Amino acid sequence: MPASRPLSPHLQIYKWPITMALSIGHRATGVALAVGTLLLVWWLVALAQGPDAFATAQGFVGSWLGRLLLLGWSFSLFFHLANGIRHLFWDAGLGFEIKITTASSWAVVAASVALTVIAWIAGLSAVAG
Amino acid sequence: MNADRLRSPLGRALGLGSAKEGVEHWWMQRMTAVALVPLALWFVAALIGHVGADHAAAAAWLRSPLTAVAMILLVVATFVHTALGLQVVIEDYVHHEATKIASLVLVRLACWALGAAALFAVLRVAFGS
Repeated sequence: MPASRPLSPHLQIYKWPITMALSIGHRATGVALAVGTLLLVWWLVALAQGPDAFATAQGFVGSWLGRLLLLGWSFSLFFHLANGIRHLFWDAGLGFEIKITTASSWAVVAASVALTVIAWIAGLSAVAG
Repeated sequence: MNADRLRSPLGRALGLGSAKEGVEHWWMQRMTAVALVPLALWFVAALIGHVGADHAAAAAWLRSPLTAVAMILLVVATFVHTALGLQVVIEDYVHHEATKIASLVLVRLACWALGAAALFAVLRVAFGS
């Protein structure tokens, strides 16, 4: 039922500032990481079950699907971690100026991309070496 | 400004104030966030250090007391943080009352079950032969 009173425009009308993208990104990565706990539990349970179960879990992690999921989860983890630290600064009452929230947004994006790249270079060179 | 003016006459007469539990959700979300900063970084580094490890090597790693205790802390902080975070997401987006309550119960129970399975697996490896 359409409201007869004037309504403020919904999300899609706005030009997204980076801060808005990071806000929903924090939620999205959080939910993705919640799903990722399933792999963590599978991996630990397989380790406790024995060599055969562990080999199955490791085989999945090493498959292209497993690696694709790990890529997503590693980026999500670093993003959620970096942006979470940004949230902790806000909880302490710091960094609310618009200029600073924009700068800290880009810092979070840069840090999460950089940490993901570093982690994968380290991981893949360990596989190759 | 007299804070008593914000309280109801009944509240004033009974002399009851805040039980200081209203911030419990918010506070535990932050406590687990702070704990997860070092724990998550340690876990990622340890995983990279054990890429492609076989069962014996991975079990030996998890069996060491420092690793086992850190893993237990990681699992507890992860699932408390996940349960609190998913709860807020459900409360924000699920508006049908019965669906909302069912989702809240399911998510909370799933977090307990997954956390218990992960903890049991860690202890089984740590105390196993």
